[in-house]
Amino acid sequence: MTDTIKDQLKQAHKHGDYAPLLDMIPYARLIGVECSRVGDELLFRLPANKDNIGNPLLPAIHGGVIAGFMELSAALHLLIFTGSPEVPKIIDFSLDYLRAGHFRDTWARCQVARQGRRVANVAITAWQSTEAEPIATARAHFKIEEPLKS
Amino acid sequence: MAENPVFERATRFLSALRHCQVLGLRVHSASNEGLTVILPYSPQIVGNPQTGVIHGGALTSLMDTACGMSTLCVLPEFEVCPTLDLRIDYMHAAEPHKDVYGFAQCYRVTTDVIFARGFAYQDDPEQPIAHVVGTFMRMGTAVKGTKGFGGAIASGTK
Repeated sequence: MTDTIKDQLKQAHKHGDYAPLLDMIPYARLIGVECSRVGDELLFRLPANKDNIGNPLLPAIHGGVIAGFMELSAALHLLIFTGSPEVPKIIDFSLDYLRAGHFRDTWARCQVARQGRRVANVAITAWQSTEAEPIATARAHFKIEEPLKS
Repeated sequence: MAENPVFERATRFLSALRHCQVLGLRVHSASNEGLTVILPYSPQIVGNPQTGVIHGGALTSLMDTACGMSTLCVLPEFEVCPTLDLRIDYMHAAEPHKDVYGFAQCYRVTTDVIFARGFAYQDDPEQPIAHVVGTFMRMGTAVKGTKGFGGAIASGTK
């Protein structure tokens, strides 16, 4: 397992293409998460998808999908930046919905607030029109394995 | 589980939400005390392909849906209740190839806000895989589309 993910990570870093890594995660394929490198940062994208709608009246993206997108973004962000040998395990997740997630593309960016030896705290912001007007903010704690020595 | 008006309303509500249909969510039981929604195991919601464990996002969708729908158990008339915030504590990973049950109830209803909580489990409700707490905003019955949607849920016509 470790080798496959490590290989995919190495390849992803080398080419700046994270699609093969995301393609290994069925849930990421289901909701349609994409990831790109912008300078030294990672930017996550959730393209508009009818299957992700949870409010037929607006219509708006299901809150659970927004949460899943943000949680997945945080886990990948950690995996990519910490060089952890395993996918980080989620401990808790807390999110605030600030605006309706309309039927359009959603973006997310993560920030590691603190990375200890065993636990990491990640803040996630999701937006649609502009980053200054987030549709949701979240924070998550992950259990991480000791970083690889190599 | 015997059917009742709340169960029927909840089932119709769920059938109108596209993403819930994609996940295959269905109402297991419902009463004035709360309701339970089932998330069937399926390969498409797996988060870790090596272990087959489902992704936390699918669990969050289940619990956001269950908590949001638990407002149907306490409100006299249908109201759109968007989530204000949601917090999930993961007790342990879900076992692969097993359905997940999400129970939710409202423990405080005010004029503007509803407080809901719940937990997710597989075999044993005493051994939850996650605890959830969330707050939901009451939009009232005047929001555009609410009456028609609420009517369709209550009567079963679309």
